[in-house]
Amino acid sequence: MSLAAAQSATSRPTWLALDKLGVLIALIALAGAALPFALFRANRIVLGEPRSLLDALPSFPAALLIGILLVGFAVALLRLPIIAKLVAGFAVLATLFVVIGWSAGYLTPEGDTFARVSPGAGFWLLVFAFALLVTDALTRLRLAPLARIAILLAVIAAATLLLWSGSWNDLSLLKEYSTRAPAFWAEARTHLALAFGSVAIAAVVGMPLGILCYKVRPVRAAVLNVLNIVQTIPSIALFGLLIAPLAWVAANVPGASAAGISGIGAAPAMVALFAYSLLPIVSNTVVGLLGVPPAAVDAAKGMGMTGRQRMVGIELPLAFPVILTGIRIVLVQNIGLATIAALIGGGGFGVFVFQGIGQTAMDLVLLGAIPTVALAFAAAVVLDALVEMTSRGVRRP
Amino acid sequence: MTIGNLLRVLAFAILVLLLVNPDLFSGFFGLFARDTQPAIYNQGNLLDITINHLGIVLAATLASTIIAVGLAIIVTRPFGAEFLPLSRSLANVGQTFPPVAVLALAVPMLGFGTAPTLVALFLYGLLPIFENTLTGLTNLPPAVTDAAKGVGMTGWQRLVKIELPLALPVILAGIRLSTVISLATATIGSTVAARTLGEVIIAGLTTGNTAFVLQGGLIVGVLAVLIYDALSALERTLMLRTGQLGRASA
Repeated sequence: MSLAAAQSATSRPTWLALDKLGVLIALIALAGAALPFALFRANRIVLGEPRSLLDALPSFPAALLIGILLVGFAVALLRLPIIAKLVAGFAVLATLFVVIGWSAGYLTPEGDTFARVSPGAGFWLLVFAFALLVTDALTRLRLAPLARIAILLAVIAAATLLLWSGSWNDLSLLKEYSTRAPAFWAEARTHLALAFGSVAIAAVVGMPLGILCYKVRPVRAAVLNVLNIVQTIPSIALFGLLIAPLAWVAANVPGASAAGISGIGAAPAMVALFAYSLLPIVSNTVVGLLGVPPAAVDAAKGMGMTGRQRMVGIELPLAFPVILTGIRIVLVQNIGLATIAALIGGGGFGVFVFQGIGQTAMDLVLLGAIPTVALAFAAAVVLDALVEMTSRGVRRP
Repeated sequence: MTIGNLLRVLAFAILVLLLVNPDLFSGFFGLFARDTQPAIYNQGNLLDITINHLGIVLAATLASTIIAVGLAIIVTRPFGAEFLPLSRSLANVGQTFPPVAVLALAVPMLGFGTAPTLVALFLYGLLPIFENTLTGLTNLPPAVTDAAKGVGMTGWQRLVKIELPLALPVILAGIRLSTVISLATATIGSTVAARTLGEVIIAGLTTGNTAFVLQGGLIVGVLAVLIYDALSALERTLMLRTGQLGRASA
């Protein structure tokens, strides 16, 4: 990589003032500006009628959006400082998100409760183009972990403000939400409990299991092989296969059904997610412990630390960043996988995704998919930052 | 090793037998079905469904391989170096998208059936292959690439004769990962009416017939293990040939 980077730095012609990535972003954004900005539907499930950017907005916001888009184009295309690109990217995205709510209010006929307005392909392409600009700028800035978390919090605050202000209330997505708000929050709680609960249990079980695998070689091969095979079972099958044994447990073990264990519902989903989480946590614990420098262990031995003291005081803290990486992988994966739990009555955001597929109501699918992706993304950002902070702490002498 | 191979041959034989003549196993699967329920999936031929499942996975993985390797080559050339940081971040962000969401969101554009499943598997399969190809192409021993330059090879010659062959085992590891993920993820495609083994599992879930769930799950699981092992063996052979066993791993 260093070779390629060095080459490009020396051989880049100075007259080339256009940013290559900017050209790509501008092309995507141009396509986005040409495609329908919003879709209007007379009711929830009929096919959408496309509305172009100019038709979808009153003249003032349309002019505002076009003006800001043009500035965004220019900033993306030219070789300007990264921070300028970041600010322009965020500005365009914020405008797009505010304006789409405006468009929904404008396109919905007065008093018509059946009409639905949702973002069109053009809106999504514009968002994608400028999200690329923002992502590239953030990557190039190489921000410190805390700064990344701060930006995430700012974005969450902005999104909350947007939703709370009610400016999106005319969008179809929010109409789907308002008709099932209590269910949404109940499923959200279930989803969080499934994803975070299974990872927490897997961490509690997986780390000691990893330590055992590290200490006893024959156990290592056996455990890792079994866990590897578990990973190959398709999630919907694993969820389904757990129904029968858990139903049996609920019926035959005293107190099990009182504890909430049953054949269908959250219990098999929890067990399946737990099973998928074990491999990354166990194998990362083993890899992390194997990577502890022998000198550190020897020094601890020399100081007369017992095996237990060494494990708790030296080896585990040094292996922690790698273990945390395993937890990050599993958490992001389980937030996504928990959507499948809905297939076996386990709840979670998947309920809306599958209902939406069943009713061909895409806004309902989005109502389940957007929070899932947002949660997974936020979890990835936070845990990546934590991994970086802990591994810095370890490297410090 | 020989015991392992024996088990693999045995698993393969049982799998073929189950697909060709499922009724042989009705006694076994009958244990998991209730009395009135059929033990063997009866709404389609298991062999046809499995072949369709494999076909979808193969097509999607081939497409992901071509695009992912192509993109990784572009961003590691001087021309595309500007795209390298972004492409790394995108690969990272992409992994936070759950397959169900990708699948569901592909439906409005492509309708129900095989098409959205192909697209979801293609997109989801890109990431492991792209990441591994990038790792393979950027972690080449500098001595080798310098020597290739020293003997006057052009950029294209270096890529085709040196860089790609050396990176091949790591790329293959990515393809293997992608294939195994796709094999399992393809089952979810049946929620949007693609003809995959998920159909069998979902039929079992909706009628409360564990025998169906077990059949679908077992076939996919055994296929995944066998394909995983076959591709691992291929990687080892390639690594032995290029003399880098123990250097690359993924």
